[in-house]
Amino acid sequence: MAIAAEARAAGRWLGRTASLSRDRRWALIASYACLVVFAIMFLFPPYYMLVTSLKTNAEIAALTTNPWIIEQGITFEHYWGLLAESSFPIYFKNTVIVAVLVVAITMVISVLAAYALSRLKFWGSGVLATGIFLTYLVPDSLLFIPLFKVVGSLGLLNSYWALVLVYPTLTVPFCTWIMIGYFASIPKELDEAALIDGANHMQMLWRVFIPVALPGLVAAAIFAFTVSWAAFIYPMAYLYSDDQLVLTVGTVTTLIRGDVFHWGGLMSGALLAAAPPVILYAFLMDYYIAGLTSGATKG
Amino acid sequence: MVAITATDAGTGGGSLRRLLRRRSTIAVLMCVPLLAVVLGLVAYPAVYSLFLSMLNKAETKFVGLDNFLFLFKRETFWMVVRQSILFALVAVLFKALIGFIAAHTINTIPAKGQRKWRGMMMVPWVIPAALSTLGWWWLFEPTYSAINWLLAEFAIPAVPWLSQTFWARFSVIVVNVWFGAPFFLIMYLAALKSIPEELYEAAAIDGANAWQRLVFVTLPMMRNIIAITVLFSIIVTFANFDIVRVLTQGGPRNSTHLFATYAFRLGIESGDIPLGAAVSLFMFPVLAVLAFVILRNVRRRIQAI
Repeated sequence: MAIAAEARAAGRWLGRTASLSRDRRWALIASYACLVVFAIMFLFPPYYMLVTSLKTNAEIAALTTNPWIIEQGITFEHYWGLLAESSFPIYFKNTVIVAVLVVAITMVISVLAAYALSRLKFWGSGVLATGIFLTYLVPDSLLFIPLFKVVGSLGLLNSYWALVLVYPTLTVPFCTWIMIGYFASIPKELDEAALIDGANHMQMLWRVFIPVALPGLVAAAIFAFTVSWAAFIYPMAYLYSDDQLVLTVGTVTTLIRGDVFHWGGLMSGALLAAAPPVILYAFLMDYYIAGLTSGATKG
Repeated sequence: MVAITATDAGTGGGSLRRLLRRRSTIAVLMCVPLLAVVLGLVAYPAVYSLFLSMLNKAETKFVGLDNFLFLFKRETFWMVVRQSILFALVAVLFKALIGFIAAHTINTIPAKGQRKWRGMMMVPWVIPAALSTLGWWWLFEPTYSAINWLLAEFAIPAVPWLSQTFWARFSVIVVNVWFGAPFFLIMYLAALKSIPEELYEAAAIDGANAWQRLVFVTLPMMRNIIAITVLFSIIVTFANFDIVRVLTQGGPRNSTHLFATYAFRLGIESGDIPLGAAVSLFMFPVLAVLAFVILRNVRRRIQAI
């Protein structure tokens, strides 16, 4: 808002001084040129994946045509093949089950803990908050080997339930962290009023905190969903049979096999597998970005 | 708080103590699931990893530091150490630079169009890295490389993207920068928006040009967020697995292996769990130092608790 107002004010002021307005126009043109370069840089790989996925095998294999455009007509055969003749639908189903369960588990764990940490001071709450933040910094590539043994001893190797068990380590710390931020920004007067009305802590959490901090909950849920959709090293290490694989690993490991010109199928698989998080992002961009930035900037 | 103590004061100090005790009991109960995750699935495996790394391959005998000493003697291991450091530093430098320039550029255009551009540039961050790397793999494919096709249009000879050590290392960094720059962009854009407009007005009145405004207003105001994002990104990049795994699988001749992919190769694929655990544990000191520095920066929120 401040920037829009400033831009309007600047516009009025610049209107009076022609040379400055010319400078401003050139600066804007340079900015847009720069943005176009950035946009091409960031978008050409997915564009090329899309183009490949719509080409016929013959055109993909031809070395004489321009690879960046479709010259010999669009085909959806790779997509149909993927849905009808491969294990792709099974991977999709597994991924949805894992992601939905992980989001639900994460939200319950983090909302409860964030409420306790932001409102009920108790012995060790400061240490616990530090611990949560440190846990968030522990990468999955440090833990996948000992967790391999843990998963194995629970008999969950080669089962997507292993992912439901271990993914919360990726999602819970960050979600708790941003929920603490959202809960802490709720005015204390609100819960004092609720307490006087005789509400207990669960009622207060359910009736006051969750509705008020709903944008934060949505942001946290989106984060948990995208992380569990995209996770790669855990399923790579723990799953191997076709009926248990999830999309990331299934696409990378099983679709690569096959005949020489498998690129169309591979690219359509990668695009379809990436579609849910991308669509979610397209519709809920502001929540997505709020979740990302609130972790650090409001710290 | 005041209201609660006031209502309780009438019934005496004993019930106040009981109330406080109940409050903390509830709080601890609410944290139990979180504690289970943090202790059971992060802290315990981390300690267990240390124990694992001191076993022999069959996990039947305690061998002390033999796995670590074995790694020290391997040239491949030292190559992994060098490559991990090089990869993390170069990639983070370019991610931060590109993110900063892009955020600054978006911030200069009228507010109306900013959302659209920001939305477009976040796309690499939204696509799961393992999947977009498949697209890059296809772009780098030796025979059909669409990038080499473009280079050929400008009479530049084909580049062996993934088959020569230098170019393979170059390629994994390019893909990592492509994937990670949007994260910096979004962080820096949020930080740029939070700089008070008055500071720029004051600087303009003092006759500061664009460069001086950048150096004396923007950068000092963003120092904290730049530090946090860079440190955080060094951790994530240093521990990267997806991109190298899909693009080169560590090749050619192990030259692009990072700690994570090398640990995966040894621990999971070759079945030597203790040796893999030893490799991944080498990440720990680096991560611990970085985490310590980050923690100093974000202590404000923890103190608020």
